[in-house]
Amino acid sequence: MSASDTQSPLRLFWREFSENKFAVGSLVVVVLLAVVAFLAPLLVPQDPYNLELLSLLDARRPPGFVGSGGYVHVLGTDPQGRDLLSAIFYGLRISIIIGLAAGAIALVLGTIVGIFAAYAGGWIETVLMRVIDLQLSFPAILLALVLVALLGQGKGQLIAALVAAQYAYFARTAYGAAKAERRKDYVEAALATPLAGYKVAVRHLLPNCMPPLIVVATVQIANAISLEATLSFLGLGLPVTEPSLGMLISNGFPYMMSGRYWISVFPGIALIILIVAINVVGDQIRDQFNPRLRK
Amino acid sequence: MDAFFEVENVVREFRPPVTLGDKIAARLGAKVEMRSVKAVNDVSLTLEKGKTLGLVGESGCGKSTLGKVAAGILAPTAGTVLLDGKPVMTDGRKQTTRVQTVFQDPFASLDPRMKVGDAVAEGPIEHGLVTRADARAYVLDWFARVGLDPSYANRYPHQFSGGQRQRIAIARALAMQPDLLICDEPVASLDVSIQAQVINLFLDLRRDLDLTCLFISHDLSVVRHVSDRVAVMYLGRIVEEAPTEALFEAPAHPYTRALIASIPKLVLNRETLVEFDPIAGEIPSPLSPPPGCYFAPRCPLAADRCRETAPDLRTTENGRRVACYFPVSTRGAD
Ligand SMILES: Nc1ncnc2c1ncn2[C@@H]1O[C@H](COP(=O)(O)OP(=O)(O)O)[C@@H](O)[C@H]1O
Ligand SMILES: [Mg+2]
Repeated sequence: MSASDTQSPLRLFWREFSENKFAVGSLVVVVLLAVVAFLAPLLVPQDPYNLELLSLLDARRPPGFVGSGGYVHVLGTDPQGRDLLSAIFYGLRISIIIGLAAGAIALVLGTIVGIFAAYAGGWIETVLMRVIDLQLSFPAILLALVLVALLGQGKGQLIAALVAAQYAYFARTAYGAAKAERRKDYVEAALATPLAGYKVAVRHLLPNCMPPLIVVATVQIANAISLEATLSFLGLGLPVTEPSLGMLISNGFPYMMSGRYWISVFPGIALIILIVAINVVGDQIRDQFNPRLRK
Repeated sequence: MDAFFEVENVVREFRPPVTLGDKIAARLGAKVEMRSVKAVNDVSLTLEKGKTLGLVGESGCGKSTLGKVAAGILAPTAGTVLLDGKPVMTDGRKQTTRVQTVFQDPFASLDPRMKVGDAVAEGPIEHGLVTRADARAYVLDWFARVGLDPSYANRYPHQFSGGQRQRIAIARALAMQPDLLICDEPVASLDVSIQAQVINLFLDLRRDLDLTCLFISHDLSVVRHVSDRVAVMYLGRIVEEAPTEALFEAPAHPYTRALIASIPKLVLNRETLVEFDPIAGEIPSPLSPPPGCYFAPRCPLAADRCRETAPDLRTTENGRRVACYFPVSTRGAD
């Protein structure tokens, strides 16, 4: 029995995805940035978190400058004398880790809340979904700001704040999808076996609710990354000793007008490429899942 | 003595959910009418072991609802469903695996994200009919029995045609080793050319497995082909029930006559047809059915009495049951 004639939904999905060269290119960019971010310690000339390696003599030098370390600062240095390329690679790492962690935790939490609400019905459903709707009426950035201010600085706190700000989007989506799928015959057929409700929810409902959730997940990972950058830009994100892209942009901001553009611009470009690439991939996934846009 | 399968005085109502607006209106003293639909209205049926009961009626008359109550998918609002004297459902939970269902639309009844082999194996593993280790061979055996290449077990539903999917759905139901199979319009959504194949498969399996069946369809010729007895449903009620040949040769209820007269394939003699136009008029709204016999507004034989009180379903001759004050004489046929 060969598995090769099995057209798994995933394989079909990839075939269609690969027809959009722009989306494939963006996916390659996302993967490349992720690889660069995770291999950063092996790729960069300097550990930007090691304050002993920094020299103020190297601060705010333009791209191409050869510093006291004896190597070329390809993208120049920041106001603390960090090699900007190294700082950007490490910053990407923070961005991607925080985006993925916040996105994944929010996905799991939101999906549990949403499917539970759809499955429980009655007043539990009403109360849960009203709370979710109420939360969705606040801008995520406002909620994240308040939470970060309350919880304090640090990766864990930041991720917690982002999850709290974002899980509601997943809950809404999971709830809507579960409500729609629940009415379909295959759910009724599984329940009629009979199978316990929670087993049907996990084995049948959940896999069929995944497509819209994956779309939301890509968007929310990009959002988490830009929220983190925004918070760090405002000085509320991570500690100064571990500069993220948002903080690098913020650090270079005072020097923008004095011609030292690179300190803000290069981290900014890295951030934009990452977010745009994730969004292009997300758009393609969304289009493929939207039956109305199908040929 | 208990019959093998019994549906006793089953009622199934559907109420639209009470909206906030309704609640406020009720608080303010407005009269909010509770519109409820009795999709199944006091239905009693019995089935002998090994026999097939056909259930016919126009779309929307409550066939699927009755089928789901019989299958333990929907809880009845009133009445009971008994298999071997034991309730199929208690406290809103299905109690048995011995009743299984084949649904109308095989494009909707299979989980699009589960391999069809896994879908067939799921129930039997869950209920200990087969061990996980033996499940593979068990599933392949069922694939062969419903006429599918066993290598297809690794595929997903979208890789199959409607007829193949319905074979998979039949395999899934039969792999649970049911004693009673409920088929809700199992061929209605298939191409006419495929329908005969699936019906023949159904007949073969029914014989081999000694199955008892409730076969729901709006297609009278299919029902005539597969059923031992036929029940005719109109707006949630059974209006006539009789052995298949007796029902088709000599329909007693005016509605059954109209229904049979509306089959293009059946040639009736002209005298029986001139009497009335087949099923003139509209089906009354199930939200506000007329008092008396529900068919009276469309019935050529209706008298005042019919519009006042509904006739009971009474046994006449040869095990025929009919709910009509003026059943068409069936003496000629017997
Ligand atoms: N889940 C439901 N909620 C509300 N009304 C329903 C529901 N299911 C069926 N009905 C109503 O019950 C009646 C009978 O439907 P159904 O049993 O599907 O008829 P059939 O299978 O004979 O076409 C219809 O009027 C339909 O609108
Ligand atoms: Mg139906």
